[in-house]
Amino acid sequence: MTAPTDLFGIHTQALALWQRRAEVLSANLANADTPNYQARDIDFRAALGAADAGGSLPLAAPTQGQIDTSSPNSAQALKYRVPMQPSLDGNTVDAETEQAAFAENSVRYQASLTFINAQIRQLRTAITGG
Amino acid sequence: MSFFRIFDTAGSAMSAQSVRLNTTASNLANADSVASTPEAAYRAKEPVFAAIQRGLGKGAESAGVRVVSIGESQQPIGSRFEPGNPLANDDGYVFTPNVNPVDELVNMISASRAYQNDVEVMNSARQLMLKTLELGK
Repeated sequence: MTAPTDLFGIHTQALALWQRRAEVLSANLANADTPNYQARDIDFRAALGAADAGGSLPLAAPTQGQIDTSSPNSAQALKYRVPMQPSLDGNTVDAETEQAAFAENSVRYQASLTFINAQIRQLRTAITGG
Repeated sequence: MSFFRIFDTAGSAMSAQSVRLNTTASNLANADSVASTPEAAYRAKEPVFAAIQRGLGKGAESAGVRVVSIGESQQPIGSRFEPGNPLANDDGYVFTPNVNPVDELVNMISASRAYQNDVEVMNSARQLMLKTLELGK
């Protein structure tokens, strides 16, 4: 019997990461007109790699609304975007890029949800015998 | 659940953008308000945005946006010779506001686009949350 956390494979951790990324991207879009604001994004490969290796997800588990800065992964995975067209006020948010990333992120989140849903259905079939 | 934080973030941006729309409306409404002295003339108002920070050091990240202050435009005040105007000074001049209608319209478009973006973000987050709630049904 597998442990309950392993039932859905990497998808639960991926789900938490997509959620986290949505948060970062929404902050970028919110600051589209803030002077000197630098757009950020999560290095998904690094973050998921860390989550997979450690078995835990430090990035997705902020304590009391704060990011755990003591863990090396949280700072490493959150990176600054390289601006395509930097503006004079020091803002590096490109609204179109962020919108596209947000839309992509939503689809990926839904994909992870679908995988988990399928797994639940499969389990239910196994339990009830069809 | 961190989707709730997206609501806070997008909400803060929406209120900041609506402050911006409000100052634009005020500036455009006062574009023709004249005064008897340069000091009394209306000056275009402009909100100053700043990111709300969460966390410290390298792990610091933004959690939205807020309006720090509403500044006044430093453009020179104009004057016009209008001796018949009841507000004219002894030399017959009235002082006009330093509102630039083109700037204001550009600001208005930018603010409304940004507002729409934030609404879209909120809607997407809402849909994803509802889908998550239906997990396993």
